[in-house]
This record gives sequence, C-alpha cells and structure tokens, in this order.
Amino acid sequence: MKARHRRFAWIAAGLAALAVAVGLVLNAFQSNLVFFYSPSQVLANEAPVGRSFRIGGMVEAGSLKRERETLTMSFVVTDTAQKVPVRYTGLLPDLFKEGKGVVAQGSLGPDGVFTATEVLAKHDENYMPPEAAAAIEQAHKGGQMKSSAN
Amino acid sequence: MAINWYRYASPATFYPVAGRLAPAFGALAAIFAAAGLWIGFALAPTDATQGEAYRIIFVHVPTAWMAMFVYLVMAFWSALALAFNARLSAMMAQALAPTGALMAALALWTGAFWGRPTWGTYWAWDARMTSTLILLFLYLGVIALRGAIDDPRRADRACAVLALVGAVNVPIIYFSVQWWNTLHQGATVSLTAAPKMASLMLAGMLVMSFAAWFWCIAAALWRVRAIILERERGSAWVAALPETNLRAA
Amino acid sequence: MGEFLSMGGYGWYVWMSYGACAVAIAAEFVALRARRRRALDDAQASGVDAEPLRAGAAR
Repeated sequence: MKARHRRFAWIAAGLAALAVAVGLVLNAFQSNLVFFYSPSQVLANEAPVGRSFRIGGMVEAGSLKRERETLTMSFVVTDTAQKVPVRYTGLLPDLFKEGKGVVAQGSLGPDGVFTATEVLAKHDENYMPPEAAAAIEQAHKGGQMKSSAN
Repeated sequence: MAINWYRYASPATFYPVAGRLAPAFGALAAIFAAAGLWIGFALAPTDATQGEAYRIIFVHVPTAWMAMFVYLVMAFWSALALAFNARLSAMMAQALAPTGALMAALALWTGAFWGRPTWGTYWAWDARMTSTLILLFLYLGVIALRGAIDDPRRADRACAVLALVGAVNVPIIYFSVQWWNTLHQGATVSLTAAPKMASLMLAGMLVMSFAAWFWCIAAALWRVRAIILERERGSAWVAALPETNLRAA
Repeated sequence: MGEFLSMGGYGWYVWMSYGACAVAIAAEFVALRARRRRALDDAQASGVDAEPLRAGAAR
C-alpha cells in the first residue's frame, strides 16, 4: 500500500511540475504562436518590423478594386476599429469575399500599404444551406432599412 | 466493493470479453457509417459559403475528435498502469496508440484537402494545425518507444510516462482557436453553446462521430486481444484456448 | 452520377478525403486480422513455457 501511495505522489508531483512548465513555455512563446495580427495591432506597431508577417481581419465591403487586365488588386482589411489597405497580385481563394474573413502574408510599406504575397480566406464556424443564408441576409437588410428609416 | 475489479483486470478474463465486444462494436461502426454517409451526402444541404467542399466535415471532425479523445483514453490507461502496476491497463494503452495515430493522420489529411479549396492552402503553421501535428508525433513517439524497449514491463512504464506528459497537448489543441489568432475557425459544436450549423448537417456529423467512436473501440479491442496473445503466450490458459488448440489439430 | 462525383467542382478534395479514410480503415482491419493470425501462430509454436504461470492471478 505504501509503495502505491508513493507512486501516486510522484505521478501527481510530476504532472503538476509539467503543467507549470507548459504554462511558462506557452506564456513565453505567446507572441510566436500568433498566426496573424489585426489592423489595430499593426497600427499600434505590435507587428514585427523588417520581416514578413500576416495580417488578418475582414475584407471591408466595397473596398475591392481590381486593376484592368492584370491580376493586381487592392482591398482594405478591417477589424471594425482600424483599417489597413492591402495590395496583392495573384489568384484569390474561392471563399475570398467582401465582408468575409481574410489572412494575408506580406510586409508593410512605409506608405502604410501592406503588400501581400499570399492571400488566404478565413471562414467562420457557421454552416447553413444557401436558403437560410439568403433569409438571414434578407432579414439583415430589412433591419437596416428600418433603422435608416427611423 | 461488491464487484471484484481485479478479476477483470486479468488478461485471461478480459480476452474472451473483448472477443465478444469487438465484433459488436465493429458492426455498430459499419451501421453508423452507412447512416452517416447517407445523411451527409443524400440529405444534408449544400453550405452557403463553402458549397459541396464542406462535406469533408463528416470525416474531418469525427477523426479530429477521436484523435484527441483516444489520446486522453490512452493517457488514462497509462495512469492506471503506472499507479497500480496493472498489465492489462498497459496493454489497453498499447492497443490504442496505432488507432489514435491513424485518426490524427486522417484528421490532418482531410483537413489539408478541406483547407485547399476553402482557405486556399493545404497547410499553414497555425496553432491548431501545429498542435495536431504534434499529437501525431506523440502517438508515433509512443509506438516507437514501445518498439525500442525489449522488456515489455519497462516499455509499459516508459510509454505511460510519455503518454501522460503528452496529454497536456490535448487541451492546447482544443483551446488553440480561442487562445491565439488562428487560420482555423472556432468550434461549431461545443458543450456550452448552441451548435452553429443546420440540423441535418449536425446530424450527419454526430452520426459519423459515433461511427468513428465505435470503430476505435472495436479496433482497440481486436488489437488488445492480439497483444494479450503475444504477451501471454506460453501460459497455460493461452495454450488451452479453443483457437490455439484447433490449430494444433 | 457524374454530377454527384464532381461535388460542385470540389470532387478531387472531397474524394481524396473520403478515399483516404476508407483505405486507412480497411488497412487497419486487414492489419488487425494479420496480427491476430501471427499471434496465434506464435502462441501455437511456443506451447506452454516452463515459466510459472500467472494466468488468472490478480495482476
């Protein structure tokens, strides 16, 4: 019995030590586990300087502009608080859409324009049939019209 | 304590029990998989944003859940094996590792083939995907460690310690989408909030999850039977089994 | 049928996912049967060892 209790104590102590170690490591690596920075973070100079990083947020509705006869385009990434303009030349993923999530890799120029080398779409955790999505959009528009009428 | 648990902790007693349970769980897995595929492909509607590509969810989510859950179960048996010095618990942990590794590999594979059409990339080093890759390596590490140590009882202890240490990775995987900015979206189904998906989609996902669950149980039981035979060979009860006697005749 | 297989243009991704799962589960099933066969053959070959038996003992 005594040996078993000692084993329990060792295992408990080991797991506790491990939990503390993992907590410290995670805390230390917090900044490196960031996959992307929001526009607010970028404008607060929290994004890394002098190397490429990712910016993530929503593509602002109505901001997408394509240059004629090239694959170059520009759009604005927003987190509703701040905005960062992005320029990109290349193909977009199917799910890239205005008003939807996006993650772009690239670097920030001195003019404040983010030049992207890769653009990924970030979709949300909601799944619904097209009819339901249309109904929600309809209801949303109705609500907006009502509020603008007031 | 009316039930004598030690009786069931004996490989000789558990071997025939596992032999009866495994085919039953295998059959359940097949039935649920058939039903889940029917719901997933014939009944569930198209997704508004992802089109038909979202149907990968019906294999991706069950395999990802099982990859995490099997690891926790393996860690649980490992803890029992260490604490009570129990052979059968160690054998259960040993039996779960390959199935868990398979689930982790399938979760990563199906995730890649889902990520490409939706996000635009097969792979990104975000926290969710990186921690899931670590999970696969932990499974492979446990299997490799087992193979590297000849003495089975020493291998039991070493693998149990590694399995327990690696268990901290499971909550990291689960909460990674909340703790950090990730490319992977947040949880659609959780215990604390209403599911964020149409009911037929949810039904397909849950039925497929049960199928994956039953398969993992069946595979682990089949494997633990083989492990018991491997490790208990030479004992009188194995020699007296009908299947070993039959092959002598 | 062709429409079903094309999965709205996502056929490659959907079927690569489902195909891998089907192949993996089938492979695991076959491997488990082979492992049992091998274990039975080995148990057969080794017979009863001279080692003292612990079968049926508590642990």
